[in-house]
Amino acid sequence: MKPKRKRLALVVVGLVILGGAAALVLNAFQENIVFFVSPSDLTAQASGRAQALRLGGLVEQGSVVRGPGTEVHFKVTDLKRDVAVSYDGILPDLFREGQGVVAEGKLQPDGSFLATTVLAKHDEKYMPPEVAAALKKSGHWQDEEQKRYGETAAGVPAGGRAP
Amino acid sequence: MITEIGQFALVLALLVALVQASVPLYGARHGNAPLMALARPAAQAQFALVLIAFLALMYAFATSDFSVFVVAENSHSTMPLIYKLAGVWGNHEGSMVLWVLILTLFGAGVASFGGNLPPALQARVLAVQAMIGAGFLAFILLTSDPLARVLPPPADGRGLNPLLQDPGLASHPPMLYLGYVGFSMAFSFAVAALIEGRVDAAWARWVRPWTLAAWCALTLGIAMGSWWAYYTLGWGGFWFWDPVENASFMPWLAGTALLHSAIVVEKRDALKSWTILLAILTFSLSLVGTFLVRSGVLTSVHAFATDPRRGVFILLLLAVAIGGSLALYAVRAPALQPGGLFAPLSREAALLLNNLLLASAAATVLIGTLYPLFLDAVGGPKISVGAPYFNLTFGPLMTPLLVVVVVGPFLAWKRADLAGALQRLWAAAVAALAGALVTLYLHSGGPLLAVLGMGLAAWLVVGAGTELAERLRLLRAPWPEVWQRARRLPRASYGMTLAHAGLGITLAGIIAMTSWKVEHIQIMRPGETVDLAGYSVRLERVEPARGPNYEGQRAVFTVTRGSRFVATLFPAKRNFPVAGQDTTETAIHTLGIADIYAVLGDGDGKGGWTVRLYYNPLAPFIWFGGVIMVLGGLVSLSDRRYRIGAPARRPLPAGPAGLANAPGD
Repeated sequence: MKPKRKRLALVVVGLVILGGAAALVLNAFQENIVFFVSPSDLTAQASGRAQALRLGGLVEQGSVVRGPGTEVHFKVTDLKRDVAVSYDGILPDLFREGQGVVAEGKLQPDGSFLATTVLAKHDEKYMPPEVAAALKKSGHWQDEEQKRYGETAAGVPAGGRAP
Repeated sequence: MITEIGQFALVLALLVALVQASVPLYGARHGNAPLMALARPAAQAQFALVLIAFLALMYAFATSDFSVFVVAENSHSTMPLIYKLAGVWGNHEGSMVLWVLILTLFGAGVASFGGNLPPALQARVLAVQAMIGAGFLAFILLTSDPLARVLPPPADGRGLNPLLQDPGLASHPPMLYLGYVGFSMAFSFAVAALIEGRVDAAWARWVRPWTLAAWCALTLGIAMGSWWAYYTLGWGGFWFWDPVENASFMPWLAGTALLHSAIVVEKRDALKSWTILLAILTFSLSLVGTFLVRSGVLTSVHAFATDPRRGVFILLLLAVAIGGSLALYAVRAPALQPGGLFAPLSREAALLLNNLLLASAAATVLIGTLYPLFLDAVGGPKISVGAPYFNLTFGPLMTPLLVVVVVGPFLAWKRADLAGALQRLWAAAVAALAGALVTLYLHSGGPLLAVLGMGLAAWLVVGAGTELAERLRLLRAPWPEVWQRARRLPRASYGMTLAHAGLGITLAGIIAMTSWKVEHIQIMRPGETVDLAGYSVRLERVEPARGPNYEGQRAVFTVTRGSRFVATLFPAKRNFPVAGQDTTETAIHTLGIADIYAVLGDGDGKGGWTVRLYYNPLAPFIWFGGVIMVLGGLVSLSDRRYRIGAPARRPLPAGPAGLANAPGD
């Protein structure tokens, strides 16, 4: 082969691979993006959607019920609306009532949410960004922020605010 | 006082870096030897100054000096000393100092041991290195001062995240940074070569050991991170396609490609322009990775905006480093001498295919990682891109690569004979088929893709071995000749065999664990027994357990097989009152070819406990293969041609030829 044709062959192979990669990405994006919703979004939507969703909010105080077996039932709220969530498995260490949580799963026909994964916030200083966004949307962010701030200030006297 | 000395040293280091970034460059342009020579003491001084700052920070952590803001935020007086020290890089500010420390260490290495480099190239490399250093030092001093004071100091610190109080994770960031920053050497050499307008085999011989060393560190860092996730997070997984993981995986993919394309430059003087581009891209991905993880942008795009100064500075730094180097590439790359030609079927072409596949894979990971951030930043819907996306895009791109990995080394340079290569691979093909069939038999009804994957793993391992056997003429030549050949074979060949076989071992582990793990989640009462893949796991009791800065419960499990005692497992739950956080301590008993993995959950208040038990077949292979890959890299690094260094243009000075040559003898 002449050098020009060799080069052409290599370019064609390169384009085929890149094209294949682009097709894979587009295909995967179509089916595997998980949208984030707040409890208010969820109750407003028609139930029975087959797509996986991420539901974010706070675990409602006093709503956690354990059993039977390893099942756990709780409510996720954005302080405006709440959604009943059921989950089978071990909850993450950081899962607590009144704290932020993200549940990934599907909406059931009865309007409840069946979670396949439950994520709690990563550490004490942060709230999952989706949860913060959900609270902001429902207009309850301010009080939550202040509460959180109050807690940290009480726990550890930060600089400048020490007694 | 020591804190202030550290602070002052950082400022001085910035000034030295600025001088080192400009004067030697000017000297190299005008052929002024004294100005070029300035780069060497400057690089050493820069290292010494950053070291002082780092030690000052470490001292503040060791003595729990809570008047230093970073210490107060990330340490606590009751923490064990080792984690106080590890706390230095357990936060944004300190980790940036560590980053610059490693950067200047490498710079000092080039200055001290790079005597056989052409002086102009050395001056330019050090100048580019200093530009990176200056950017980072300015970032540290202007936006993330590690040694800032708080007055009055708090009574005690807020503590390090208990999840991070683990030997695996404590040493994980330094390893990753060694990798990231190691790629800065390839970057500096690439930019220096662009300025000089020349790339040759000697250049590649200098770049390759640095890239290889960086690759080894990064591979080890990623393996350690994944191992940590496996044994601490308690979900039984080892890789979650989490953005933080992807941030380190993208430079690894690009770095692996760079490693292979640099071989072509070195041996055949071809693919020069592409290699330069890869060097720039690899380091760019390292920079993006560093900032993605440390800036908080992954936790939230809004976290990025809460400290706009930091965000803007990061964007500016990325734009200058990536945009500047790519612009220089666009202007100068066409001027590079085109190198040797090769046929579409040759070792060069196989390595190019490897590069294209790895680069495409890195691109799909990049898109999957950044797309949600991008959508969020422009006010679009909040989405997450999880494992299914990556499995669907990454898997299909990697499969052809894994097939080619075995064939490539059998192809000759310039023009190769594919039929001949495949003929010599019959052993590997038979092994792959046998591997697949045996897997199918052992796990009849298992997913077909997983069975094919096990065949592919066998293909990789046996193919790597076949290549070595071919080279040694094993079983064909008389033993003395084989021995002779084995002794004369360059270490780089052994390195390649090890690395490719390691890849196969890791693949086998990943596939077996994801496809055939056995999982039980249930409530157990003390005295109860569960059957787990032929093993009996009995919960003996749950008892209180207490440590220096935590309290909690631990369970006692006895594992038996038939009447034979296998192991006792102690999974635990810990509560760290200072951090206000709970952690789960998994218990793992490894059988070599499988792991038994136990996690203790919450009590149900009626005497039962939620437990999670896993049987993970071949799980240890995942990290064992990674270690083999690193070993392969290290063996290759000790190859003779790197010990000697680039062909000398002037008499070789006495003493070791290069820092990167340290491993080996």
